[in-house]
Amino acid sequence: MWDRNQIAARAAKELQDGMYVNLGIGIPTLVSNYIPEGMTVTLQSENGMLGMGPFPTEDEVDPDLINAGKQTITELPHSAYFDSAQSFAMIRGGKIAMAILGAMEVSEQGDLANWMIPGKLVKGMGGAMDLVAGVGRVVVVMDHTSKHGDSKVLKDCTLPLTGKAVVDRIITNMAVFDVVEGGLKLLEIADGVTEEQVRQATEATIVD
Amino acid sequence: MKKVYASAAEALDGLLFDGMFIAAGGFGLCGIPELLIDAIKDAGTKDITVASNNCGVDDFGLGILLQTRQIKKMISSYVGENAEFMRQYLSGELELEFNPQGTLAERMRAGGAGIPGFYTKTGVGTVIAEGKPHMDFDGVTYVLERGIVADLSIVKAWKADTSGNLVFRKTARNFNPPAATCGKVCVVEVEEIVPVGSLDPDHIHLPGIYVTRIIQGEHEKRIENRTVRSKESV
Repeated sequence: MWDRNQIAARAAKELQDGMYVNLGIGIPTLVSNYIPEGMTVTLQSENGMLGMGPFPTEDEVDPDLINAGKQTITELPHSAYFDSAQSFAMIRGGKIAMAILGAMEVSEQGDLANWMIPGKLVKGMGGAMDLVAGVGRVVVVMDHTSKHGDSKVLKDCTLPLTGKAVVDRIITNMAVFDVVEGGLKLLEIADGVTEEQVRQATEATIVD
Repeated sequence: MKKVYASAAEALDGLLFDGMFIAAGGFGLCGIPELLIDAIKDAGTKDITVASNNCGVDDFGLGILLQTRQIKKMISSYVGENAEFMRQYLSGELELEFNPQGTLAERMRAGGAGIPGFYTKTGVGTVIAEGKPHMDFDGVTYVLERGIVADLSIVKAWKADTSGNLVFRKTARNFNPPAATCGKVCVVEVEEIVPVGSLDPDHIHLPGIYVTRIIQGEHEKRIENRTVRSKESV
């Protein structure tokens, strides 16, 4: 099985030279550690920045410079700042090639749920609904099952949706799938996992 | 007409009333109008509806107005960092209207631009779109969202000239320009007020036409999530 960093490393293979990409909070943020050398990828932070740089050193910390996870960051020579309306104009307008986001649940139709658990967890969708509706391609990174072993790769999501039929590719700690006509197509299996184990942990329909 | 005022309290004088609707700039604790929020607390204005991406943290930013129960309703995209917010919402004391972040920003921009509604793909097929009119364009379904016009905008910028032209700094710009445009009245707090003529007209982020009153003050600029790397890893 892949750990968080291995999932992020696998997700980094989705990147292409020259891409403008938005990375979500959590495992998606780790993807920036695996951008191949020599490849130019411009990271968008939806609070109003293109060209997000690494975390600052202690003496570079600037309260006016944070990412969408409210972490302090730095700028790069090609960075640009803009307001939230313009930030989401470029997202909604399809200018961002890809978003890599976390998920609580995903379905075989490409539905995504990642913003609330009714009665338990009320955090809000932030920019996730805008991202999945607007960007060119949506890649989801997630654990395949819950702590109790229940599948999170489902026929239908049980939680409130972030977007309907929006996910293109799913990368879990066990496998990689594409959302296709009729269900999910199994593309890759993680190291040390068998196809039988993937099928057992997947409630969604797996098609050939 | 004079736009520069001596203090936040003075700048808000005559603009606050119970049940009012305020649009606030800021993202997390970055670029929030902290001085104006404190002054609204001191004024004791009640039953306020606030449109703001977040609601501060428990003891800073808009979170202060939650503690004093001055806020009746929030229109926000994310409330995850504020325990008191979650508690008041789950117990039914606080109304909450979740808006996707880009929809909230565009509602402010549209309201300020005289656009009463716009269609977006964001939220179609989710609870956000329930009960709202839908329309198909070129085979794709969109949902109608309304523009926001607030009684008052409270905004934080980096610099202003005395005519109200504004310059923001880095990611502290965020919701401040769209929030500024959607208020019938807009009060701005800045770190520095400079004479007219000292800002390059080509480098103004928001022209003074949107700005009613300005104050200068000291800002705490608290950091929510200080994340650093060691020098050796550079």
